[in-house]
Amino acid sequence: MSTTLLRTTGFRSALRAAAPSTSARCAGLAGATFTRGKATLPDLPYDYGALEPAISGKIMELHHSKHHATYVNSLNSFSEQMGAARDSENVAAQIALQPLINFHGGGHLNHTLFWENLAPKSQGGGGAPSGELARAIEGHWGGLGKLQEEMNKALAGIQGSGWAWVVQDAQTGALGVKTYANQDPVVGQFRPILGIDAWEHAYYLQYENRKAEYFKAIWDVVNWKAAEKRYK
Amino acid sequence: MNFTQQLLVPFLYALSWNPTASSEQTCAIDSAPTEYSLPSLPYAYDALAPYISSQIMTLHHSKHHQTYVTNLNKALSLESSLTESADIPTRIANQQAIKFNGGGHINHSLFWKSLVPASSPHADTSNAPNLAKALNADFGGLEKFKDKFSAALLGIQGSGWGWLVKGVENGKLDIVTTKDQDPVEAKYVPILGVDMWEHAYYLQYLNGKADYVKNIWNIINWNEAEVRFEGGRADVFQVLQSKI
Ligand SMILES: [Fe+2]
Ligand SMILES: [Fe+2]
Repeated sequence: MSTTLLRTTGFRSALRAAAPSTSARCAGLAGATFTRGKATLPDLPYDYGALEPAISGKIMELHHSKHHATYVNSLNSFSEQMGAARDSENVAAQIALQPLINFHGGGHLNHTLFWENLAPKSQGGGGAPSGELARAIEGHWGGLGKLQEEMNKALAGIQGSGWAWVVQDAQTGALGVKTYANQDPVVGQFRPILGIDAWEHAYYLQYENRKAEYFKAIWDVVNWKAAEKRYK
Repeated sequence: MNFTQQLLVPFLYALSWNPTASSEQTCAIDSAPTEYSLPSLPYAYDALAPYISSQIMTLHHSKHHQTYVTNLNKALSLESSLTESADIPTRIANQQAIKFNGGGHINHSLFWKSLVPASSPHADTSNAPNLAKALNADFGGLEKFKDKFSAALLGIQGSGWGWLVKGVENGKLDIVTTKDQDPVEAKYVPILGVDMWEHAYYLQYLNGKADYVKNIWNIINWNEAEVRFEGGRADVFQVLQSKI
């Protein structure tokens, strides 16, 4: 796959929009995910078992080493096909590949952000946000509890697979909660602050059909420091 | 037919409930909304093992399907109280709950009947001679159909279903996928449906959904598929008339 491809395909701009440009803010995302123009699976910043009991080690291992890895591999494969379609000026093929890049590229972006916005208690997971973000949450929701309530309601309302995000409107700076279907990435008008994976693979081995319990427990391992870095 | 009924018709049609036909009987009395109930499985929870584990079947039927039924009844009940008010936005929002949960009820009811223990005579494709002829004509044979259907199942992005359908107008077979719990469109008769939500396989197959798809061919009820192929939508949806 050529690097030209990366500059010209949709997911490159998607990546740029999703990740803050300063390297200090997004070393994990920008630094670990691409090597020689290929997406690579980022290492987890903690052990698979480190988020227990909120998320089991088995879930984390499958989620990272299988699910996320599949998004990375598929993204690379479809990006390569996109490069070939571009080289041969096959517009129909390029258009047909776009949803696949959106899905697998979105899966890669979403999971990369997700691992960062989780942390074991020993590394600052759980608790409450501080600084600017804390003030913005207080201003918008009147308290963290209300934000969690809105997020959990949004998560429970997802019909099928998808994600709920605390987002920041890039124009107005306002915070909000939005849900996205399947692996649709948070790009364009909104900036991802904090994402929670509501696909069944994210909780089923531990919580089965009792997803509300997963949505409640995950706040124990939310890494507010990562969310604060994404907030501008 | 009032506004609510017009909005509901496509979904209630799929649920075999005809508001036009029943309105004469129900308009005079202030009747309670239609209630749906969880159909019992035509086999034991462990009967599809080793292809689908007893644990999956138990949760899938008694928890997931039950939740769709419960929430469908809630949404229908809310709908009937909302018809008294002019709160159109709330009523429109409730349509989506009816579609999702009604679709979940339809799809799972059809799914259970599409499956059968591998030891049953109905698991043999010889039970579907006319469908087999049509699969030959439209797909070039059973194996080619299975390959194409499996590829469609594995290509679903997110939660959804894959279906073998028959066109109501032209009788032609086709493969379609539906997202989340969208029911098969009214222009098709659903012959065979496979649930590709992760809850359908994850406890046993984990991320290995290709194995789930490969194994499900051992427990397809070809007798049921033949009956649906020979019939129309009304026959297929008879299973859903178990309303109280
Ligand atoms: Fe995930
Ligand atoms: Fe299901």
